[in-house]
Amino acid sequence: MTATLLLIQTLNGLQFGLILFLIAAGLTLVFGVMDFINLAHGVQYMIGAYLIAAFSAWTGSFGWGLVLALPTALAFGLLLEVLIFRHLYERDHLDQVLATFGVILFLNQGVKFVWGAAPLSVPVPEILSGSVEIADGLLYPVYRLAIIAAGLLVAALLYVLVNYTRVGMLVRAGATNPQMVSALGVNIKRLFMIVFGFGAMLAGFAGAMVAPILSVQPGMGDNILILAFVVIVIGGIGSIRGAFLAALLIGLVDTIGRSFAPNLLRLVLDPSAASQTGRAIAPMLIYIFMAAVLFFRPSGLFPVKR
Amino acid sequence: MAEPLLELRSLRKAYGALAVTDDVSLSIRPGELHAIIGPNGAGKTTLIHQISGMLPSDSGQILFDGENVTHLSMPQRVRRGLARSFQITSILPGFSALENVALAVQARHGSSFRFFGNAAQEQALNEPAMQHLNTVGLGGRASIPAGLLSHGEKRQLELAIALATEPKLLLLDEPLAGTGHEESLRVVETLRRLKGRITIVLIEHDMDAVFSLADRVSVVVYGRVIATDTPESVRANEDVRTAYLGEEETV
Amino acid sequence: MTELTGTQTAPAPSSGMRIDIIPIILFAAFAAAPLLASASGAEGYVLSLLTRVMIFGLAAMSLDLILGYGALVSFGHAAFLGIGAYAVGILASHGVEDALIQIPVALAASALFALATGAISLRTKGVYFIMITLAFAQMLFFLATSLGPYGGDDGMTLPTRSLVAGAGFLENDYAFYAATLLCLIGAYLLSRAIVTSRFGRVLRGTKENAVRMEAIGFQPFRFQLAAYVVSGMIAGLAGCLMANQAEFISPAFMTWQRSGELIFMVVLGGLGSLHGAIIGAAAFLLLEEFLPEMLHAASFFLNDDVRWRLTENWQMAFGPILILIVLFARGGIMGVLRRGSHG
Repeated sequence: MTATLLLIQTLNGLQFGLILFLIAAGLTLVFGVMDFINLAHGVQYMIGAYLIAAFSAWTGSFGWGLVLALPTALAFGLLLEVLIFRHLYERDHLDQVLATFGVILFLNQGVKFVWGAAPLSVPVPEILSGSVEIADGLLYPVYRLAIIAAGLLVAALLYVLVNYTRVGMLVRAGATNPQMVSALGVNIKRLFMIVFGFGAMLAGFAGAMVAPILSVQPGMGDNILILAFVVIVIGGIGSIRGAFLAALLIGLVDTIGRSFAPNLLRLVLDPSAASQTGRAIAPMLIYIFMAAVLFFRPSGLFPVKR
Repeated sequence: MAEPLLELRSLRKAYGALAVTDDVSLSIRPGELHAIIGPNGAGKTTLIHQISGMLPSDSGQILFDGENVTHLSMPQRVRRGLARSFQITSILPGFSALENVALAVQARHGSSFRFFGNAAQEQALNEPAMQHLNTVGLGGRASIPAGLLSHGEKRQLELAIALATEPKLLLLDEPLAGTGHEESLRVVETLRRLKGRITIVLIEHDMDAVFSLADRVSVVVYGRVIATDTPESVRANEDVRTAYLGEEETV
Repeated sequence: MTELTGTQTAPAPSSGMRIDIIPIILFAAFAAAPLLASASGAEGYVLSLLTRVMIFGLAAMSLDLILGYGALVSFGHAAFLGIGAYAVGILASHGVEDALIQIPVALAASALFALATGAISLRTKGVYFIMITLAFAQMLFFLATSLGPYGGDDGMTLPTRSLVAGAGFLENDYAFYAATLLCLIGAYLLSRAIVTSRFGRVLRGTKENAVRMEAIGFQPFRFQLAAYVVSGMIAGLAGCLMANQAEFISPAFMTWQRSGELIFMVVLGGLGSLHGAIIGAAAFLLLEEFLPEMLHAASFFLNDDVRWRLTENWQMAFGPILILIVLFARGGIMGVLRRGSHG
């Protein structure tokens, strides 16, 4: 029983970690290349979820909805970049925090204005509905497996993009030494836009993928944004590899911690105290984990050399 | 011969495969003005960073006043009497010239964990600060915000701040860089007055200043010390001529 | 020794002695307000709004102490509000209802939390610091949501406002208002003393140029940590007051949005003047109070449905206001006042 629970929770943790990675990837690149702290990255995720809800309802198909939602999420990210963010690159972190916090306030209420405060639901696409047997008598939803597959695919794609393309090379160089990249005569403004738009689209994609299993509601991007920050801080800002590993770690620690902390504590405490303390500690685990990592490595596990 | 005040033993700092300073050994005698010269990129500023504690060294030892300070932080070294100025002016632009120096006096004297009393009014801090400003010739500009001083005046202020920490040894990283003729004369004059009272390690490109001030000169090329001698001998040294002075002349 | 220029003696610094008129007006206005409130006919409403303004002013000012004078962007300051509030709530639920015990406990808890988290956070710099303070506050937030005996997610109601040496006079709104004002003025004077002291000068120096401060022998970490602890304690005090005013505590006291709002207040008022933060808090809360009506009035040309939805989602207007302030109104309200007074 515990073994199957562990297997399920590991898969859930993997899935959660990959979603986190999709969000953290854009965040860490934007931060690494532009030294820009973007709190509004979480609302890109929310926008992605709302877009898939709107488009899949309109077209009647999740697939077509995704096809329409992704470019729209990209366009929306670029719009924000041109209107607001690009005026903030030269500012200090405090200004960036405040202005992007303003974007969050606006968009969290904005989606209420457009779609109302009630949560929207998105049906799981027909071909991915149902469950498969992954072990003896153990059923797991196909759609969640699809999220894992899509996440891994995007991670692989990102790996190739960052390591084997010209833009990827510039992004890596930019994260290490932005002055040098602009000294090479690269149009840094355009590079920023590409990175930004791409990051926004990835977050939007993450939002779209989880829309069928979560409820789509205002503010849904806020908490996951903070987790994404935890991920990039642990991984080392600007490091895609760090973000990937940290995202998986966080996903697993959080998911497994929540279901096993009370059980583990039962070894040392009486049952009622164990479940009480376990429930209190579980949501704090990742923050404790982060504090521990930073205590020993103040620039994360994979600091980008500067 | 007296014990050296500062002794460097085989200091090394490398970035990847590039050794910026390599096997640098030097002895600075108490009271001398020791100039370090060398072409741009020779590793002089890196060496100052290593001595002052801003950069950790990869290997080697730094002995100051008979104590191994290799692993001490910059503030700890300052408290032992090792002060520095910066090549790129580093002051508190929003503070007045006087306050810049008074802070250094405060660092040296008494507790800074005092939460009451107006620090700007403390004569015990302001009087010594004023003396140091006078020493560098900035007395008349005491109340001007440091950010509004001219470039040369900022260089002088740097010197006053360093003096206010009451150092046994002063590391000066190109104090004449970017100053006008008048200002540079004034700084040279100040250094001449300090000479003998404080031990000074001076990095400078202005050869007239170096050869008129220095007791001894070390030449650093590609991160290595190729010669240490009196100014006259260094000027006559063949290696130095080809490696450095000659280069300058042909440019 | 001959000098090139004549030897000067230290001039008497002109700044610092000049008494700023704005904080005096500000506190006088707070002191006079109850008189006007009783004349307005809606005294309960006015008093409670202004008490709230002062409490948030206290919290924002504590943040200004490290943000405006130390350039430490703490994005988790609401955690201290939570600590103060929960100290009051938890003690009260165990029958300890006297402020003379509650407040020292709250201050000690805030100091301890600041010391522990600050020691870790201050090892990092820049954006890492922002995120770590945020994460620690989140940690505390989740801890509060899981405190089953103390209301968990829903929070809990206080049986009564704190007693003072056994006396229950804080139940009276005027008395509570006066107590809050005293706390605010006391904390203001303390903070003012700190920023002009030797300690404060080192803190300000670290803000301007940390490397320079190290080069004259200061270790910025110790000063930043001490300032962080003091700031956390003042915010903890604000938390005690907040719990007492609402007679209710909940994890919502320390959401990260609340931390963001505190930064907003400080910047809105103007960084690094202390009273600017109080003015910023006042502007923020009054805006929050009256924005729905203002939006309703301003949107008269729209159809009823859109107009209703706009008023319903009035917070939408906060975002653009914030962005515009950041982009165009540097220095906040104090900046505008300063520019105004210089012609």
